[in-house]
Amino acid sequence: MSSNKNKKYWKNLAELNPLNNSALESLGQKEFVEEIPVDEFLADDKNLSNSSTSRRDFLKYVGFSTAAASLAACEGPVIKSIPYVVQPEQIIPGIANYYATTIANGYDFANVLIKTREGRPIKVELNKLAPISASANARVQASVLDLYDSFRLAKPFKNQVESSWTEFDSDTMKKLNSLKNTSKSIVFLTQTFASPSTHKLISDFINNYSNAKHVVYDSVSESAALEAYESKYGSRGLPNYDFSLSDLIISIGADILGDWQGGGFDSKYGKSRIPTNGKMSRHIHFEANMSLTGANADNRYPVNQNEQKLVLLSIYSKLFNLQADINISDKLVKVVNSVMKELLESNNPVVVSGIQEVEYQNLVLDINQRLNSKAFQPEKTILTRQGNDSEVSKLIEDMNDGKVGAIIMAGVNPVYTLSNSNDFIEGLKKTEMSVLFSMKNDETALHVNYLAAAPHYLESWGDTEMSKGEFSITQPTIRPIFDTKQFQDLLLIWNNNSSSFHDYIKSNWNDNILKNKTWNQALHDGVFENKKSIKSRNSYLKDSKKNTSYILSLASSINQPSDNTFELNLYPKTGMGDGQCANNPWLQEFPDPITRTTWDNYLTISESDAKKLNLYLEPSTFFNQSKNGADGGLNGKYAVISLEDAEIKVPVMIQPGQARGTVGLSFGYGRNRGVKDVMMTGVNGFKLFKNFKPTQAIKINFTDEIHEFASVQLHNTLMGRGDIIKETSLEVFNTKNVNDWNPEAVVSLNHIETPVSSPSVDLWDEFDRSIGHHFNLSIDLNACTGCGACVIACHAENNVPVVGKEEIRKSRDMHWLRIDRYYSSEDSFESDDQKKDDINGLGSSLSTFGEMENPSENPQVAFQPIMCQHCNHAPCETVCPVAATTHGRQGQNQMTYNRCVGTRYCANNCPYKVRRFNWFLYNENDEFDYHMNDDLGRMVLNPDVTVRSRGVMEKCSFCIQNTQSVILKAKLEGRTVAKGEFNDAVACSAACSSGAMKFGDINEKESPISKLIKDDRAYHLLDAVGTKPNVVYQVKVRNNKNS
Amino acid sequence: MNKKYKKVDSKFYLIKNSKFFPCISLGKLLLPLAFIFTISSFGQDADPVKGKALFNSNCAACHKLDKKMTGPALRGVEDRLYNDEGLDREWLYKWIRNSSSLIKSGDDYANKIYAEYNGAAMTAYPQLSDDDLNNILAYTAQEKPAPVIKAVEVSPTGGNTSNGISNEIILGVFAFMFLLLSLGLFVVNKTLRSFAAQNNIQLPTKKKSTRKPLWKAFVDNQFLMLCSAIIMLLVSAYFVYGFLMQIGVNQGYEPVQPIHYSHKIHSGDNEIDCNYCHSSARVSKHSGIPSLNVCMNCHKSIYEYNGETTEEYSKEFYDAEIQKLYKAVGWDDESQEYTGETQAVKWVRIHNLPDFSYFNHAQHVSVGGIECQTCHGPVEEMEIMYQYSPLTMGWCINCHRETNVKVKDNQYYEKIHEQLSKKYGVEKLTAAQMGGLECGKCHY
Repeated sequence: MSSNKNKKYWKNLAELNPLNNSALESLGQKEFVEEIPVDEFLADDKNLSNSSTSRRDFLKYVGFSTAAASLAACEGPVIKSIPYVVQPEQIIPGIANYYATTIANGYDFANVLIKTREGRPIKVELNKLAPISASANARVQASVLDLYDSFRLAKPFKNQVESSWTEFDSDTMKKLNSLKNTSKSIVFLTQTFASPSTHKLISDFINNYSNAKHVVYDSVSESAALEAYESKYGSRGLPNYDFSLSDLIISIGADILGDWQGGGFDSKYGKSRIPTNGKMSRHIHFEANMSLTGANADNRYPVNQNEQKLVLLSIYSKLFNLQADINISDKLVKVVNSVMKELLESNNPVVVSGIQEVEYQNLVLDINQRLNSKAFQPEKTILTRQGNDSEVSKLIEDMNDGKVGAIIMAGVNPVYTLSNSNDFIEGLKKTEMSVLFSMKNDETALHVNYLAAAPHYLESWGDTEMSKGEFSITQPTIRPIFDTKQFQDLLLIWNNNSSSFHDYIKSNWNDNILKNKTWNQALHDGVFENKKSIKSRNSYLKDSKKNTSYILSLASSINQPSDNTFELNLYPKTGMGDGQCANNPWLQEFPDPITRTTWDNYLTISESDAKKLNLYLEPSTFFNQSKNGADGGLNGKYAVISLEDAEIKVPVMIQPGQARGTVGLSFGYGRNRGVKDVMMTGVNGFKLFKNFKPTQAIKINFTDEIHEFASVQLHNTLMGRGDIIKETSLEVFNTKNVNDWNPEAVVSLNHIETPVSSPSVDLWDEFDRSIGHHFNLSIDLNACTGCGACVIACHAENNVPVVGKEEIRKSRDMHWLRIDRYYSSEDSFESDDQKKDDINGLGSSLSTFGEMENPSENPQVAFQPIMCQHCNHAPCETVCPVAATTHGRQGQNQMTYNRCVGTRYCANNCPYKVRRFNWFLYNENDEFDYHMNDDLGRMVLNPDVTVRSRGVMEKCSFCIQNTQSVILKAKLEGRTVAKGEFNDAVACSAACSSGAMKFGDINEKESPISKLIKDDRAYHLLDAVGTKPNVVYQVKVRNNKNS
Repeated sequence: MNKKYKKVDSKFYLIKNSKFFPCISLGKLLLPLAFIFTISSFGQDADPVKGKALFNSNCAACHKLDKKMTGPALRGVEDRLYNDEGLDREWLYKWIRNSSSLIKSGDDYANKIYAEYNGAAMTAYPQLSDDDLNNILAYTAQEKPAPVIKAVEVSPTGGNTSNGISNEIILGVFAFMFLLLSLGLFVVNKTLRSFAAQNNIQLPTKKKSTRKPLWKAFVDNQFLMLCSAIIMLLVSAYFVYGFLMQIGVNQGYEPVQPIHYSHKIHSGDNEIDCNYCHSSARVSKHSGIPSLNVCMNCHKSIYEYNGETTEEYSKEFYDAEIQKLYKAVGWDDESQEYTGETQAVKWVRIHNLPDFSYFNHAQHVSVGGIECQTCHGPVEEMEIMYQYSPLTMGWCINCHRETNVKVKDNQYYEKIHEQLSKKYGVEKLTAAQMGGLECGKCHY
């Protein structure tokens, strides 16, 4: 039997417990949950007679508007065309230019390629010359929209009044000179720059001003890991991990696919997850919140932080043969024993941890030294997190003691990100001069004397050393839109250096960094690798070990939580990070990979805790009810959480897989200045980030207020189609016949079961597609981590509108590409005693044996990117009355907007729910005041893709504008299409750094895609329907030993 | 950057510049006179006609006869140098063949003139023989021709107007005669009737018939009414349909542009290649409106119009248009310098394809090898540019159905051509057979 046959897939708790839930049933039957209220209106006689529009009026209006429309149509508008006076040589209208640059905003660091059209940056793409670890995530993909943010500062401000740069320069210079050699200090409070040239500039300044110092502040701190690394290896940084080389990953609370230790590990992780030659990496994960990493793990154990610490201590003592007796629950003992067994058997195991305490980070380094795995690379030090929490705390004290003369801030927003921001504000008042470099009039900007309008990274120069020896350059891709100056420009002025920052970087690189490469070449590539600057690996391998008593003392120092508190785990959300991009509508509308919720953050809690705390909504009220039945909008109760003096009211989201006794809350929301009102969503998790510790003991009280979430995917049900996700275990994959774990669907033909691919069961004649190109997209469910970079890339490429929270709640989201998340659990628990024993990890003192059987306690998770499947036998095409959707011979299902009359038949007939209807005009409409409603924001639009209007259907086009442009380019150059050219053309596969998505021409025999479609793991979504899609999925293989 | 401009400079010589220089139309007239002049001053056998050709191809980019440009005005340069500086023809030879070495040698006047023109080095012409230089100097020694009064010429438009007048006269005469005739008939009729009355002749009067009048019969005949109603409806439907179908079709659209740019003069009279100005048509989807720096490649030296004129479009009119260009690009013609004050020219776009249609110029121009005129009409005859084609979808599709794809020497088509021609059993392939009628090829 295939292993997924006895599995149950569900998307939310209502679906898991469908008893008494008629709402869900009705939802399952409708593509459009809200009906147009025609009958309602006509049936109501009273209403009708009261209506002020009489039949005569109606006819008058119709007549008038017809006449007006036809009159208006007679005269076309006069369109002006304005050529350049002097055309820049590089710019040819209609042809895109690409520039390699680097984002380094203190939180996200990535090498990118910027696509510009007619001088406007419009899209972020991957820089293929750059190391893969520095590839772009969803936030980086969306960063181009921040450039066109209408809330950006256009001028410098002095005491909240518009000022000029001349005044700014002379005022600050005067003040700094007067502070020179005084007892008061001058402090730079900055983001992590990891920039050789900026650090040189700052040290130049400090050489000149003996009372100056530099404090680095990371909003989401990695101080503990940095200190552990520093104490062991002598320099401030983080060890590097190459997960593609690892065969066993033990993660204890480390969100390695998220932003853990600077992020960027996911693409290499994804590579090791594809089974090749019967092997793939194995990933065991311990965590409290359900994170992206936990969702991808082979075995996930939901445990709170204390238990994570105990697990780490027992692994340590077992590995180093210490006789420490760690007091740990029986369940976890079993788990640790099996982990230890695997750890010793595997070749390249690696242990990582997200526990923000120096002692535990030290243990992790010791363990990895001992394991001596190739995947552990301390010599390639990561430099993208350099913040120092104790120095920041000291600074706030100094400011309040009046010891600070001037504070100059760049790339930070401490009033928003500090838990003790009131102390900081008080400190600012006691500081003689405060300067902030910021793109927005943000929370901190309100309290400073001088507010410097900073440019976006796409308008700036810069350099970055993300990890030892890997240098990269930031170059402007557009002239500054506003009157802005970057921090480094002012540093140069303050240093009395008359050169520009560009010249400064160039000479610094020529003198100190570049070897065997010219500056122009480095600028073109965007990256430069100097392997010689990396010290040898051996010099880092110093084995060290702690003694038994130390371990025991650590174990005894773990605080047992008091009974009425919960463990809060703060985390950065995939879409929002540390919140600096809160005014980016793409990211606000980006559905969280796990909860599928947009425009919000929330308190995640386990089902049993929610029930206990009276925070659980009964299934009948789970969904919003309107006159026409449930509309699929998810509801949640509000809870009030308190920690010391801080008290926050936050909506509750019941999260399957959340460890008992723990709750999760994300950073990045609750902004209240520098963002549009509509983007002021969620609550500020930083207020609970006391002492820079992400784990806190909090109290929770329930309220009866109801919060309305805007979640996608929960609107529709699976309608009993369980085989959307196909999965198997590595063991079955290696040993069993393909028909066992990836059987083709069969249909009955004359009572004989016939494979669905057989032409005899087909209604349609086959079209010969062997000539020319035939596009296919392969999606590997193993390599896909659900990171969502493709979702934003698609958004940017195809001018997909942002519709806002209200519309999302009405299931009118417009994403062409969505990543569905499915929970799964074994269907029959009682029947399988063996399984019962092996379902591990609920070893918390709270758990009882019976509760273990609740599937929502620890579900398995699968991600599945879904876009238009481009069916060769498309159900949508046959029902369109106006032939607006047709099939091309290259395999694309084409949507002709100007033909579409909006009957929505196609959406109703689509088995994959991928068609999107424009309910409104989303551009130049004040009701949808996002980027498409202002001139600046519209600069991001891709001129090759039509901006759709109201009343037409739209969907994924396989980026036909780009596949066509590849073909047209080849024709123009008189050559065949080059290898890999099609893969990079399509926004989603080009943005996918883990290699989960591969696009190409299957008529090209040598292309990777033509092999992938014949792979044993390949299957089509709902193949029993016989739609013959051009998107092919690869069966998910789990390397779990137990299923 | 330099590369591109160099290319542009060399292109400049493609222009047949005969019309730009003042003397051509009178060249033959002046020829004997010039001969006398040159013979009298030098007694040498130099040919100013050859000289003129050489001057136009080598010198005209920087020099004019009567106007200071990049270099000094050259009319009578030899006399001037001889009289003012005491420099002979040998010096001129040296200067023209290699001015920089002359400057380096420390020659006084050479250095003076070099400094006067801000160190702009003159291109060396070692390839010019003594005869060539003599010819050029002979040409520069010609005297300025007296302005020719063109009033004698009968312009073609003038002819047209006189034709119009005579037509009207003829028509008027006809009308008058017709009027006389009908008056005559009326008078005759009246006279006959009075005769008849006098002679008591009973004129046969129409019987007041009891038959229905025709219109009433028509109205009463329901079948006829039905038929005519149907015909009426069909006819009006035809016209309404025709009206509706031309909405948004701007064939013949001929807007007034901010600068009167005559395609007739540029691409017709002077045979400038379309791609010289609309250079991006070869590589991009847009044909591109040339930026003003492209105009200045030529108009830096062409500051006046010397071609054919009409009453409506006189020389003054065209010269004023060139001044508009100078103003927009910020060119001071007097000091031969850019002022840096530019203003955008807001052209009115003529060919407005809707946003939802994708059209790529490069594919048609470079890949398909289609002449610009196929869609844009006889641009070289258009004094004012207008939309020649309807730009409707039917028009596009017709062409895609009929036109064969140019597959020769294009590797891209090799395989697909072989396969498709086997499939359709034809040697040549139309764009439609290549899949050029699919919606998604143009709409996305």
